[in-house]
Amino acid sequence: MKILVVDDFSTMRRIIKNLLRDLGFTNTQEADDGLTALPMLQNGNFDFLVTDWNMPGMTGIELLKHVREDERLKTLPVLMVTAEAKRDQIVAAAQAGVNGYVIKPFTAAVLKEKIEKIFERVDG
Amino acid sequence: MALQDLETATEDSFEKIFGDKAKELVSRLENNDVAGAVGLIQDLQNVRDQNLYQEIGRLTRALHESIKNFKIDSNVQIAGSDIDEAQEGLNYVVNMTAKAANKTMDMVDSALPISQSISTEAVDIKQDWDRFLNKELSAADFRGLTKRVSIFLDSTVVNTKKLNGNLNDILLAQDFQDLTGQVIQKITAMVTDVESSLVNLVAMAGHVDQMTGIKHKQADAEIKDVDPLKGVGPQINAEDKEDVASDQVDVDDLLSSLGF
Repeated sequence: MKILVVDDFSTMRRIIKNLLRDLGFTNTQEADDGLTALPMLQNGNFDFLVTDWNMPGMTGIELLKHVREDERLKTLPVLMVTAEAKRDQIVAAAQAGVNGYVIKPFTAAVLKEKIEKIFERVDG
Repeated sequence: MALQDLETATEDSFEKIFGDKAKELVSRLENNDVAGAVGLIQDLQNVRDQNLYQEIGRLTRALHESIKNFKIDSNVQIAGSDIDEAQEGLNYVVNMTAKAANKTMDMVDSALPISQSISTEAVDIKQDWDRFLNKELSAADFRGLTKRVSIFLDSTVVNTKKLNGNLNDILLAQDFQDLTGQVIQKITAMVTDVESSLVNLVAMAGHVDQMTGIKHKQADAEIKDVDPLKGVGPQINAEDKEDVASDQVDVDDLLSSLGF
């Protein structure tokens, strides 16, 4: 399972990578915004995308829309891990095709639960 | 009314003088005193001009004071200004918190394999120890067990010392809170000062607008709506806001109402 973690703060990328490692996902790569992430996704055979929303360059929601518009990436499971908590934003993310939405600050248990739920749905 | 009265007119009496003069103007016109009426119109103009100069004078002084207070260089170079200091301060906060977070994660990363090895070794030894208690251990195996226990105790002394060191370092890494807290408090005080000065300036500019009859377009005053798709950052006091999900349960409820 190859996972791309996108966040503009290196400490948050590190936290998410460590939590993923604890869950048994060791094949992770990082990007600091949507602009860097998109070409990596297009060329990297990723199985899962974890992205923040508010980032310079390209935001997470824009990245999600690009992913859903891309013929080869449109079924990629996407988990949003973000401080953005407005109801309008959550609805917008759902409409854009997000598979899970976790608000910061979050716990290891919540991250685990959402990831498992996503893969249950994808596999099932 | 003589001109010196007009010169001493304050902003409070400005409207009263204006009203009195207007009434006098009507009465002069009714009495066919055209020359007197023309003189009065000139007086009215003088009242307005005089007050306008005073207001602009006050506004200029207030602006000058504000600029002086914030040490903003009048050549638009902001180096050394309070604003510049605030930017530097906030960058310092970002750097300090990032450093503390990384240091803490370094310590955890180096502690985890140690605590894992203590746990694994203890589980192994316990298996043999249980066999020993059940008298299932041969004499040769027992000698092996005592050797392993001895090695385990030696390594545990070293390992727990290392773990204690890491825990202490994690504790010390939280010292940023004191320093960043001070910087943030200073910036908060500065922003409060800037706000009250701006409110004063706006009030003074309002007097000038009133006298000159300048009307600003409503659109200029409207606060631009932030596009939520660009991201608005963490919500402060989320539980008090109707349009914000206050926690993960709220988010999950909202998503399940959308069929997730």
